[in-house]
Parts: sequence; structure tokens; C-alpha cells
Amino acid sequence: MDSQTASLFSIFLSGVLLTLIAGFYCILTSTNLIRVLIGLEVLTKGVMLLIIVAGSIVGRMALAQALAITMIIIEVAVIVVAVGIVLCVHKYSGSVDTRLLRNIKG
Amino acid sequence: MNNLDVMLLVALVASAVITVMTARLLHSAIALALTSAVLTILMFRLNAPLAGVFELSVCAGLIPAILISTISLTRRLTPEALETRRKELLRRFWYLPVIVLLAGIALALVRVPLDFPAPPPAAVGSVREVLWNLRHLDLVGQIVILLGGAFGVAVLVKEAKDG
Repeated sequence: MDSQTASLFSIFLSGVLLTLIAGFYCILTSTNLIRVLIGLEVLTKGVMLLIIVAGSIVGRMALAQALAITMIIIEVAVIVVAVGIVLCVHKYSGSVDTRLLRNIKG
Repeated sequence: MNNLDVMLLVALVASAVITVMTARLLHSAIALALTSAVLTILMFRLNAPLAGVFELSVCAGLIPAILISTISLTRRLTPEALETRRKELLRRFWYLPVIVLLAGIALALVRVPLDFPAPPPAAVGSVREVLWNLRHLDLVGQIVILLGGAFGVAVLVKEAKDG
């Protein structure tokens, strides 16, 4: 890997890592279920950028784009099902705060 | 790689931090759409237009719409509760910009060794060829996941007939 490519990769890698930090922090510290989903979305943005940057650097953009499209499809399915679960939780407990979900505690 | 790419990366990280730190969930969902839009511009600049179109239409359009619909279906906070939540969020999330800033400085100072060998040249050139010829099992998986997602939502959200 030449120095210009390494420099490009390290700059994009910094952006990816900072986005991942924001997403992880949101998931770990939020108590609102919808905000946790938003944190998950932020996390996937970082991973998506990493896939595209990796494909751009190794010269396999077609494969990287195929993987990114697959990831977007999976992301939509995960979010839709998670939103359904959040709505069910809200319907039965009246809140989306994880601290109030005591009745499902084992 | 030029200054515009660096500015876009900074905008991506900043919009991600704003998405996480905003007190109102509605503003957070809108900031998420902005993050996706910035990522789309980066994808176009990295020569990934097809993934960029998917990102713009699905992640910047559909997913924030789903999240906003969910927010509208849940209970709205009173002004007092919103103020309490804002203070709580500020107390909980004020570390985040500091952590991101420190991590950014550390990443700028520390050089990660990136001397791995270049891979062999790609056998196929277009996304269509990759999806239909090389990774056709992915398509089957995507169809199954979409059907599973639709079935899951139908089961979760349907009203009980005898309830």
C-alpha cells in the first residue's frame, strides 16, 4: 500500500471510528428504546462508510456496493421489526423507558 | 481526497453527535436523515453511486419516516418532563463530544501501520454482475429477511381479534 493510499485510509478510518464511538455511546447510555434504535442507525452509518472506503482502496467497488446494498436491506428489516417491538412495549407498559420495564424481569 | 472530503467527514461526525445528543427525538430523527445525506455525498465522491442512491432513498428517507411515525404513536412529553429529560441527557451525554474530540486528536497523532499487501485485481466489474453472478445467495437472503421483517411486523402490530 503506497503512502497516499495509507493516508487516505487513515483519514477515513478516523471518521469511521468517531462515528462508531457516537453510536456505541448512544446505545450504551440511552434509556429510551427509540433513541437506542437511533444509536444503532448511527453505528451502521460508520460501518457502511468503512465498507465503501475499503472497497474504494482495494479497487473492488462493485463488491463493496453489493455488500452495502445488502446491509441497507438488512438494516431496514431490523429497524422495522424493532419499531414493532417498541410499539408493543409502549402499548403494554405505557412507556418506552427501559428503566420502567420491570414487569418482564425474570 | 481533498479538503471537501475532510469537511464532509467532519460534517458526518458532527451530525452523528448531534443526532445522539439532541433532546427531542423528532429532531434526532431529522439529524439522522442529515447524517445519511452526508454519507450519501461521501459515497458518490468515493465512486459508489448505486449504494449512494440506496442510502439516500432508504436510510435518509424511509427509516427517518418510520422513526417519526413511531415517535408520533408514542406518548408526547409534557414541557416539564421535556426539561427534566434535557437536563438528564446533558448530564449523560456531555462526555460524548469530549470523547470524540480526544479520539480525533489521538487518531490524528497516532499513525496506524497500514502496510498490508494489495489484493489481486477484481474478477468482475459491475454491481449487477456481482449481485447476480457472484453473490446470488445474498439476494435470496435479502428476500428472506424482507419477508421475515414483514411477517414480524404483521405479527407484532396486529390487533388481537378476541381482545
